[in-house]
Amino acid sequence: MSGSDPAQIFLEEAHDLLVQLEDTLLDLEDRPADAELIDTAFRALHTLKGSGAMFGFDALAAFTHHVENAFDVLRKTKRAPTRALIEVALAAKDRMRVLIAHPGTAGGGEGDAILAELSRVMADSASGDDGPVADRGHAAGWRVRFRLPVDAMETGTNPLLLLDELGRLGRASVAALTDDVPPLEEINPNACYVRWDVTLETAQPRSAIEDVFIFVMDDMELSIEELAGESVTAVSEAAAAVTLAGEAVAVVPAGAAAEQKPAGAKSADTIRVPAQRLDELMDRVGELVIAQSRLKQIAAASADASVKSVAEEIERLSLDLRDTTMGVRMLPIGQLFSRFRRLIFDLARDLGKEIDLVTVGEETELDKTVIERLSDPLIHLIRNSMDHGIEDPADRAAAGKPAKGQITLSARHAGAEVRVSISDDGRGLDRARIRTKAEDSGLLAPGAKLSDNELFQVIFQPGFSTAATVTSLSGRGVGMDVVKRTIDGLRGTIDVASSAGRGSTITLRLPLTLAIIDGLLVRVGRGRYVIPLTAVEECVELSTEEDARSRGRSFLNIRGDLVPFLRLRELFNASQPADRYQKVVIVSAGEMRVGLVVDQVIGDHQTVIKSLSKLHADVEIFSGATILGDGTIALILDTVHLVEYGQQQEDRLKAAS
Amino acid sequence: MTKWTDERALEVLTFDLENEMFAVEASQVREILDLVTVTEVPHSDPFVSGLINVRGKVVPLADLRVKFGMAEKAATIDTRIVVLDLELDGDPVTVGIRADKVHEVMEVAASALQETPKVGLRWRPEFIRCIGKRGDNFMVVLNITRIFSPMDAAGGEARTAVLEQPAA
Repeated sequence: MSGSDPAQIFLEEAHDLLVQLEDTLLDLEDRPADAELIDTAFRALHTLKGSGAMFGFDALAAFTHHVENAFDVLRKTKRAPTRALIEVALAAKDRMRVLIAHPGTAGGGEGDAILAELSRVMADSASGDDGPVADRGHAAGWRVRFRLPVDAMETGTNPLLLLDELGRLGRASVAALTDDVPPLEEINPNACYVRWDVTLETAQPRSAIEDVFIFVMDDMELSIEELAGESVTAVSEAAAAVTLAGEAVAVVPAGAAAEQKPAGAKSADTIRVPAQRLDELMDRVGELVIAQSRLKQIAAASADASVKSVAEEIERLSLDLRDTTMGVRMLPIGQLFSRFRRLIFDLARDLGKEIDLVTVGEETELDKTVIERLSDPLIHLIRNSMDHGIEDPADRAAAGKPAKGQITLSARHAGAEVRVSISDDGRGLDRARIRTKAEDSGLLAPGAKLSDNELFQVIFQPGFSTAATVTSLSGRGVGMDVVKRTIDGLRGTIDVASSAGRGSTITLRLPLTLAIIDGLLVRVGRGRYVIPLTAVEECVELSTEEDARSRGRSFLNIRGDLVPFLRLRELFNASQPADRYQKVVIVSAGEMRVGLVVDQVIGDHQTVIKSLSKLHADVEIFSGATILGDGTIALILDTVHLVEYGQQQEDRLKAAS
Repeated sequence: MTKWTDERALEVLTFDLENEMFAVEASQVREILDLVTVTEVPHSDPFVSGLINVRGKVVPLADLRVKFGMAEKAATIDTRIVVLDLELDGDPVTVGIRADKVHEVMEVAASALQETPKVGLRWRPEFIRCIGKRGDNFMVVLNITRIFSPMDAAGGEARTAVLEQPAA
């Protein structure tokens, strides 16, 4: 199993650490004085260095060592990192990623350049001020009492080193308290039974002592008391006893430990599972649901009451199981949002704009696949907002806005869909310019009456760009159509709202999951097909007169609108005679509507989607297949392609007439 | 690839199609099913025009008759579906093929296998791995992966390719 390969585990761990490091660095930009963040960054670097060296990533360890040192200095001197330092640290983090991915690329000039920059920045900030080094050196010393967790030595903590480190802070007298040591026959030679009571004469602040224990603090008992004068027993009023053991957090200092605890507890409750296993699980559950609906049919036909009750029980269980399994695949969208913080940080610098990112609803959960596929479209949209939406600081000042622009990423549940929106407080979309441009390029008929949303949909057309100049970021007219295509692929829709001078909001409406859709089951000839319910607008009857009349023109009059329709019987070459009362299912894709003539509308059907194999990749009018209750397969119609097909046919008819 | 040239025997599953005996490597066979309900896929390649449900999986069903230029034939009581696990372009793909009748899994000694003759076959030589002997009869061992791989630009007509070198 690849999962138990230690190097693989290191890679996963390193990945998490780098993500954590980046987040912390970006947080530091907002709250540079937060000592806790510096500690977190330091710990991430320290762990990277340590585990890296352990798994043979020597170049990584050597490089990280320098960065770790820089943060150690910050930590010890309580100095706030400058923006320049954060930038270097981010560059260093990228370098570490390269060193992990390609351990062979050691000693590149790039890494040296980063380190040189790092030491320059550190020197700069040091000369700026001496830092508010805690000068509470008035304390004569500290009395430190601690007990390590019993398994401390098994997890690699060496108490002797801790004591040595304490000794280096000042003159220490150490007493080992051995009352907890069990009788010889019960002793586990690897366990740590001893408590220590250390009297330390030093001018160092309390934090220096806490730093000694920084890597074991979460699990140990530690109390630090100030010594008044030479008296060993007196306890100063200012001293607070700190106990950090398991649940019994008595007094928590405003320090790292408070935040660390819940995070630590959480990681113990989660496990890593390869995504493929989740997919397999979902497949199995899908099969179970199908088998269950067959059982339900059989039970309905049976007169045996016990069969019926078992069938009902199984139905309840399998639907619960399906919901649970789908829940497992759900991830909070926050992990996607946090990826964009770096993007915005870098882009804001390149563009010379000041931009704040606000995220709302990070805890909103979405299917794993949806989240993965959302990344690219969101990057495009954010770039667009930053480049076109948010003005230069000078323009913003002229418009009476704060110099700092704001981009808000938000996500929330709304029924069976999730709405993800990107808003900016920039200049908004220019209606007149979009219209002119669209009319010039033939995307819009001149003078057509359109709602704002309809007009703005034009920006998602391939090749459409209103940008006068092409920048490195955007303006080439590619990108927005990619957004559109990806969102269509996710069976979602895009809404655009904008007000001139106030900014714009682009909302992506996405289904909760890709694995299951609500569909309308219809029959055409002998075959059964599923139409995604989100695309269905209404069902009407195709009267025999209409049927006969429409042989020539294939249009329906739906409350005054002409809607072209496709006879699925002809499209699917159904050989059976048509039903007497055919139905038309009106489906929409974007602004276009088309009617699909079917023999029978069977009803609502919740569907586990199975993708078609690559042997059917060329069949565009179906997006997948599903297995019905009786075990036969029904194809799922791809409404976007069908509507396109219908419109093309309509165009051909128009051209012919 | 050329497993049959070494001294070990080749294990194959034999089946009938239009009075010819064909064989596929037994290691590629997942299972054999009775004919189940087939869902037609409109607008698809006639070679893989259907879908079947194999234990909750949607599996394409292919008809080799299309590839070998044989006339369509209605199903009989002997008709079976041979479900195969293949690897196409590095991805695992499960497919079903129709067989008029399935015989047995048998071992064919390497000595009973011959290279595809360059003339005397009506079918595209790259579809055929080798010719094997079963009693007094011959059977055609198919290169099933090649049959399901996308066609080269020259396209599907069988006769035009007869004089090509057999696939290595």
